[in-house]
Order: sequence, then structure tokens, then C-alpha cells
Amino acid sequence: MSTTAFLTDSTLCIGCKACEVACKEWNQIPDDGLMWSGKSYDNTVALGASTWRHVKFVENTPIPGLGGNSPQSAAWSFSSDVCKHCEEAGCLEACPTGAIVRTEFGGVFIQPDVCNGCAYCVVACPFGVVDRNERDGRAFKCTFCYDRQHAALEPACAKACPTKSIQFGELESLRRAAHQRLNELEARGVQDAHLYDPRESSVKGTHSIFIVRGDPAVYNLPSAPDVPTVHLRRGWTAAAVAAGMLLTGTALAFLGGQR
Amino acid sequence: MNNPQSDTQLLRGRISEERLMEIRREAESRAQHFPGAASTSAGLPARADAESGYYALPLLKPPRWKWQVPAYFFTGGAAGASAVIAAIARVSAKDPGLARDAQRLATAGAFVSPILLSSDLGRPARFLNMLRVFKPQSPMSVGAWILAGFSASSTAVSVLDLRSHHSRLGSDGHSILQPTTQVFAALMGLGLSTYTGVLIGATAVPVWYENVGLLPYHFGASALGSAVGLLELAGHHSSDALGLLGIGAACAETVAEARTEIKSDRALKPLKSGKSGWLTRLGSILSGPVPLVLRLLAGRRSSARSDNLRRIAAASCVAGAVLTRAGWIAAGSASTKDAAVSLTLANGRSKQSTQIVA
Repeated sequence: MSTTAFLTDSTLCIGCKACEVACKEWNQIPDDGLMWSGKSYDNTVALGASTWRHVKFVENTPIPGLGGNSPQSAAWSFSSDVCKHCEEAGCLEACPTGAIVRTEFGGVFIQPDVCNGCAYCVVACPFGVVDRNERDGRAFKCTFCYDRQHAALEPACAKACPTKSIQFGELESLRRAAHQRLNELEARGVQDAHLYDPRESSVKGTHSIFIVRGDPAVYNLPSAPDVPTVHLRRGWTAAAVAAGMLLTGTALAFLGGQR
Repeated sequence: MNNPQSDTQLLRGRISEERLMEIRREAESRAQHFPGAASTSAGLPARADAESGYYALPLLKPPRWKWQVPAYFFTGGAAGASAVIAAIARVSAKDPGLARDAQRLATAGAFVSPILLSSDLGRPARFLNMLRVFKPQSPMSVGAWILAGFSASSTAVSVLDLRSHHSRLGSDGHSILQPTTQVFAALMGLGLSTYTGVLIGATAVPVWYENVGLLPYHFGASALGSAVGLLELAGHHSSDALGLLGIGAACAETVAEARTEIKSDRALKPLKSGKSGWLTRLGSILSGPVPLVLRLLAGRRSSARSDNLRRIAAASCVAGAVLTRAGWIAAGSASTKDAAVSLTLANGRSKQSTQIVA
């Protein structure tokens, strides 16, 4: 099977949140209640157990004169966030039940019939994507529409996107498409567009790549996310030495001083 | 919607930038805020920028564990260290009463710990799913197996002890089985009292992974201190060996606390300020310097005064160990709320941000 991926192009996103709605409808995700965040028009706020697509609303200072804007008004950029489906996935490595698996399409999938809700994946995700649903007890995140992909359909969010901001396809061809798009944008005078594809980091690349303008940190996209397994060697070495000290100390205390 | 007239007025009126800011402030004040959203300086609405990230909203998710997990860290740690004490005390054959009580403490912990851990699961009935795979790359999986091995072997040791006590079969029936099981339980105990440091250290939470090299020592020392404390409170306050172990654990805890205090990194802020800072600091003081001084004052000669001092030191150690575990979980929670830290650390700019804050 080929490795499938999302390319989310924020320069095409109009912030309509159709992806959020389509995801909720197809996957029958519970609602999050009515809440005002006070953060632009983003009342979804973050990805979580019941939010698998999340449109971010970034307010920039516009270039004066461009499009008739005054410097006092805000220029909007939108970007639809989703699980990154990491090549080295922290949640998958951390899962103690084997509930989290890699599918034949290369995505990271939580098997709901196996997950026991230990919540260790929640602290293992460097992108803050997966979360435990406290009403249900289990952990949830984007399934990459595993069921739809099985039926040779594209994921619901990509299907619903009216501007092709969310593209679904084979990972390498989407990477090529992204670079083509960046060249096109540059030719049109957009100098600050980047491809967010952290292949140099320890997650070794993601199956959700993003075109964003400006610093990816503005969209809470860390430029060098770490898969937590990089800390294992230091941790277990320290644990082995600590256990050795505990054993030696106890042995010395009991067997050493003959009084 | 109930008042269409005001809606039309609003639509007719020219919505200036000032009005937009007014609406935004109203939303800020009336909104049911996203829990954990960082407040911005000067009361201005947070912005999405490269310094504070996306509206200073947390990049990471906080640990979803409830009180049972830090409680398990405490009971598991104390039981694990107690199993080590029980095995070695039995080998030394100097204090059979202490060996017996340490084994009882280990078995009690082996009984309580899995209950605490599974009651925190979202689906407690699926506890055994932890044992359908073994994943060395997952500290939670390794820990589940250590706990299973520890619970089974500690219980077995206690059962074998009871049988040999009652049946008076002599040692021939259990001559190999009992010591082998006890050694195995002690080895599992070593793992149980230290692995929890790796469990939280090998995560995406900055304050935890920045201390991944310290946490196993810290939790191991805390486990030893609490096992010693509980045994002393159970009446073994004049055991020389326990006294020495108590001094050792208190020394290790003092060093661990000093190391944290010396470092000035923004990622360590949750250990120094706020509720989590209070908890970890108080926990460290109660399990480090306080029992150290009391134990040194108590001296090596047993008297009514020194016994009292040791009992206070023991209680302080136990309280400190509980607070330490609760504090570290709270610190993890606070750490995930600082989006700037998780973004800058991941960007490899931690050195710069350190200097700005320190």
C-alpha cells in the first residue's frame, strides 16, 4: 500500500471550518459544548479527543494599502490543523496495550476496542494532539479516516474542503506538489511561505504537511519536535544506576557494619 | 435572536476597529475560557505570534492522570524498596522481625498498587490489555510488567512464608522456591521503585524530560526514604541498618533538591513557582534536609529522645515522598501550559530563553 498524506495549504484556507464539521459528522464525534474563547473567531481552540480537525485563525498586521487595508485592521490567515501521523510516533511507541498501530496506509490509528485509557499517549505526543475523552475513558485522535481509505475514499475533511486547501494523496507526490505551490507563491510575490515538514527532527517527518506563511511557531507548530523515545537511554541508564545504588546501599547498611 | 431589532441595529452600525476590540474584550471577559490558557501581560488579548505561539495557548496536552497515579508512584516505590530491604534483611539474618515486616509492607503495596493504577484507567476492566504485549520502548509497558511480576512474586513470598510457618514442614519443601521468589521480588522491587522516573521522564513534557536523568534517582531515593520511614513508624525505630539507610536516602534527596535549585532554566519554572513549585519544594525539604538533620541529631545510641527524633524524621520522609510525587505530576501539568517553552525547547532555543528569564 502507498503511504498516504495530507497537504494542508493555509494560503488557500478560507476558515470555513467545513473540515471540522465533516470530520465530526463522518466520525460521529461528540460536541464540545458552546464556548467562547476570545481568540479571534476560533472557538474550537485546540485539537483533542473530540476535535480531530481544528481551523486556526491567525491575525496578522496587513501590508498597508494591499487590498485597501488600513494598518489598524487585521489580516487573517487560516490553517486547518490535524494529527501529524508521525513517522516516529510518540503515541504509538508509548502505548502499553498495542492499541495504537500503524495502518497499511502509513497512518497512526488507535484501535478503540483495545485502548484501556491509560492516557500515556497524551503526554507522549509532541504536538498535543491525542487526548483522553473523560466521559468515555479512552484516548481519541484523527483516524486518518481509516474506514474511508479502506473503501478507497479520501478522508472526510479533504472531501469537504471547498478550496482544495486540504489535499489528500500519496506522500511523495504531495511533497512535490507542495514545492511546486511554494514556487508558484514566490513567483506571485509571497516570500514568507514555508513547507512545514519536520523531516530533520527525531519524528523523522510527518504524514500531515502544511504550507504556512511566516514562522510555524505562530500556528503552534514546533520546528523540531522530539519523539519522547529519544529520552529513553538517559532515563533507563539513570534508573539502572539508581537501582544499583539502592541495592548496594541496602546491602552495606545490613551486611556492612558488624556491631 | 430574541431581539431582532438590536441585531439589525448592530448590523446597520458601522463596526469600527474600536468596536471590534470592544467585542473582543467582552468575549475575553464573558467567555468560558479554555482551561489552561496562559494569560498575557498587561491584560491585552493574547496574539498569535512567533514569541508566544498561537494565542499563548498550550501546545501540549496536560497529563490526564488523577490522584491515583501519584499515589501509585508512592505505594509502588515504598513497596519496591521494602522488598529489597526484606530480601537483604533476611540474608543478613540479624533482624527477622524487620525482614518479616518489610515483606508485609511489600506485599501490602503489591496489593494496593495495581488497584490504584487500574482505577485511573479510562476503562479499568481492560487492565489486562497492558499484558497482551511487551514493548521495551514504552516505559508504561515495561512498568506494567514490572508491577505484574512484583505483585505476583511478593504475594508468593508471603504465601510461602505463611505455609512454612504453619505447616512446620521444615525447609526442605520450599528450600529453593522461597529464596528464588524473594530474590525475584527484590529485583522487581528495584525496578518498581525507579522506573516511574523514566515513565514521566521519557515524555513530551518539558519539565519532565529535562530531568529524565535525575528523576529515577530522585524517585528511587524517595522510595527508599518512605519504605524506611514506614518501617520505623511500624516500630523498627531502633534498627541501625534502617537508620543508615534513612541517612543515605535523605542525603540523596538533599543533593537532588540542591541540583534543581542551582539550575535556572525556564523549563524548570514549575518546580520553583506556583502550586507545583510549593509541592515539589516542600516534598524535597521534608524528605531531604529535615530528616537528615533529625537523624544526625538522633545519633546512633538508642534513647527515648533519639527514638522520638527518628519517628519524626520517618513521618517527615513519608509525607515528603507523597508530596514529591504529587508535586512532580502538578509540575508536568504546569509545564504543558507554557506554550512558549515547548515551542522554544523544540526549536533548540532553550539556552536563549534561559538567559532572558534567569
